[in-house]
Amino acid sequence: MAKTPALELRGIYKSFGSVRALADCDFEVREGEVMALVGDNGAGKSTLVKCAAGIYTPDAGEIRFDGSPVHMQSPKEAARLGIEVVYQDLALCDNLDVVQNMYLGRELHDRLQLLDEPQMRRATEETLADLGVTTIDSVRQRVATLSGGQRQSVAVARAVMWNSRVVILDEPTAALGVVQTELVLTLVNRLAEQGLAVVLISHNLNDVFEVATRITVLRLGGTVGVYERAATSQEEIVRAITSGAQSREIQHA
Amino acid sequence: MTTAAETPPPQPATPPPLWSPAALGRRWWGNVRSGEIGSTPIVVAIALITIFFYSKNSNFVGATNFNNLIVQMAGVTAIAFGVVFVLLLGEIDLSVGYVSGVAGVTVAELQLPGSSHQLPGLAAILLAVLVGVAIGAFQGSFVSFLGVPSFVVTLAGNLAWQGVILKTLPQGVIVIQNNTINNVANYFFTPTAGWIIAAVISAGYAAIVLNGIRVLRRHRLPVDNLPGELGRIVGVTAVAFLIAYWSGTDPRRGLPFAGLLIVALLAFWSFIAARTTFGRHVYAVGGNAEAARRAGINVTRIRMFVFMIAGGMAALGGVILASRLRSVDLSAGGGTILLDAIAAAVIGGVSLFGGRGHVKAAVLGSLVIAMIANGIDLVGYGSATQFIVTGAILLAAVTLDTVSRHRLAASGR
Repeated sequence: MAKTPALELRGIYKSFGSVRALADCDFEVREGEVMALVGDNGAGKSTLVKCAAGIYTPDAGEIRFDGSPVHMQSPKEAARLGIEVVYQDLALCDNLDVVQNMYLGRELHDRLQLLDEPQMRRATEETLADLGVTTIDSVRQRVATLSGGQRQSVAVARAVMWNSRVVILDEPTAALGVVQTELVLTLVNRLAEQGLAVVLISHNLNDVFEVATRITVLRLGGTVGVYERAATSQEEIVRAITSGAQSREIQHA
Repeated sequence: MTTAAETPPPQPATPPPLWSPAALGRRWWGNVRSGEIGSTPIVVAIALITIFFYSKNSNFVGATNFNNLIVQMAGVTAIAFGVVFVLLLGEIDLSVGYVSGVAGVTVAELQLPGSSHQLPGLAAILLAVLVGVAIGAFQGSFVSFLGVPSFVVTLAGNLAWQGVILKTLPQGVIVIQNNTINNVANYFFTPTAGWIIAAVISAGYAAIVLNGIRVLRRHRLPVDNLPGELGRIVGVTAVAFLIAYWSGTDPRRGLPFAGLLIVALLAFWSFIAARTTFGRHVYAVGGNAEAARRAGINVTRIRMFVFMIAGGMAALGGVILASRLRSVDLSAGGGTILLDAIAAAVIGGVSLFGGRGHVKAAVLGSLVIAMIANGIDLVGYGSATQFIVTGAILLAAVTLDTVSRHRLAASGR
C-alpha cells in the first residue's frame, strides 16, 4: 500500500493579490487509481490543478513527481513529465477530423517532412481501440459531427496518447447526457486500469462514487480530507464539502 | 481488464466496402451537415453561366474567348490564393488590391530602360513579389504581435498603398517594354506544347493519387473512396486535355502561359495546405485559435506567415495584371480587384468564419467572376448588370456558408 504517489502536492499556498486561493493544501494521486477532487465553487480545485499542470507556480509548498521534487514553470514542462490536463471546454478544433485533433501540434512526419497521415491514422485507431472507444465510426470524421461524449473521448485519448502518467480531467461529464456520461466514466475507469494516475474533478457526486478510488475534499483553499470511496458515503462527502466537518479521521495518504 | 493485445485490430483485413453508395451518401451528408458543402454548387453555377451566355452569344465558348478568359482571370486568381489563406485563418486582408498595384509599379520601375535601376525581367518580378511579402509582414506584425484587428490594419493599408502608388508614379504611366514581364500574361503555347503540358499534368496528378493509395495499402489502411479517387484522376485528365484541345483550336494563339502559372500555383498551395504541418496549423488556428495555442502551436508565427503569403500572392497577381496591360498607371490595383479577389475565395467556398475551405476555391471563384464579367461584356449588358449579378452571387455564397455553419452548430452535440 505504501506506493509512492505519482503526483504529490504538499502544503501548497497560492494567492492572487489579497485573495488567498490555496492555503496549506495537500493532494496526491497514485498510479492506477482514480482520485476525485471535489469541493464547492471557489474551494480551490482549479487553482490546485493549475499548479499541478505548471500553469501556476505555487507561492509555497512542494510538488513531487514520482517522489522527487519538481519545479514546473510551464504547461510544456508538465507535459514533458507526463502530466496532461483535459479542460472542460475540450480545446478541440471542430473543423479538423479526429486524427488531426489527436496529433494537433505534435504531427508525425515522413522522410520528406510531410505529414505522415497513414501513421497518424493508424496510431489514432489503435489508441481509441485500446481505450475501448468504439462509438466513433471513422477517425476521418470531423470533430464537429461527434456527440459530446465522443468529443470528450477524443480529448481524453489525446491526453493519454503521449506516454502520460497523470491525467487530470476537469469536469468531463458536465455537459453530457446519461448515456454519454456512462461512456466517459467507462473511459475514466479504463485509464486507471491501464495504470495511469487519474484525477477527476467533478461536481457530480454520483459520477464520483461510480468511478473514484479515493476522494479528496477541498474547502476554502485547504484540504478537508481524503476518503476511501469504499469506506465513505455521499452524505459524509457532502458534509465535508459544505461544513468541512470530519466525522471520521483522515485516511492517511 | 482489456489490454492492447486482446483488442482486435480496428480494421479487419477485408473491410466491407467503404464506398458502397449508402456509405458514400452518408459521408456526403455528414460533410454537408458539418459545414463542408464541397464544390457541387459552384460547378453547377459554372455550368449554368456557360449555358446562359452560350445561348446569348455562341462566341462565349469559342477558343479565342476561352483563352481571353484565362488571361483575364489569372491576376485575380493569384491574389485570391493569398486571400484563401487569410480567410482560412479567420482574418481578412483588404489591402491586397493596392498591394498588387504597388507590385505592378515596382516591376514597371525596375524594368525601366535607361534608368539607373533597370533589372532583368525575372529579377524585377522576384523583387516585386518580395516587396509584397514585406508589406504582408509589416501589416501582419500588427495583427500577430499587437492583436490589432486585421480588418483595420489592412483597411489602413488599402488607403496607404494607394497613396504610395500615386506618389511613385508622377509621370502617370509606365509602359513595360521588358519581354519577360510582358510574356507572363501574353505568351501563348503552341497547340503541341499544350498537349504535352496536359499530358504532364495528368500524369503527375495520377502519380500523386496512386502513390497516396499505395501508401495506404502499405499501411494496410482502407482507401475511403477508391472509385472517387480514380474518378478524380479521370476527371483531371479529361479537363486538362479538354483545355489543351479547346485553347489549341484558337487560330492565333494557344494555351496561355498565365493558365499554366495558375495551375502550378494551385498545385503548390494545395500541397502546402493539405500536406504540410504549416497548412494543418493554419486550419487549426482558423478553427479554434485557443485550442491551437494550447496544443503548442505558435499562433503568432502562423499569422505572420499567412499575411506574408497574402502579400506575396497579391504582388504576383499585380505583376500578372501589369503584364496583361503591358503598362501600369495611376489606377493600378484599384477598381474591383480587391473585391473580386475576396469574392472569388468566398464564392469558391472558403468560409469567412475561418478554418473551412480549399485552395481550389480561388480558381473556381475567380472563374465564376471572370465568366460573368466576360460574358456580360460579350453580350453587351454593361457593367451595371455585371456588378449586380456578381453581388448577387457573392451574397448567395456567403448565405450558403452561414447557413451551413448554423447547421454545424445545431449538429454539434
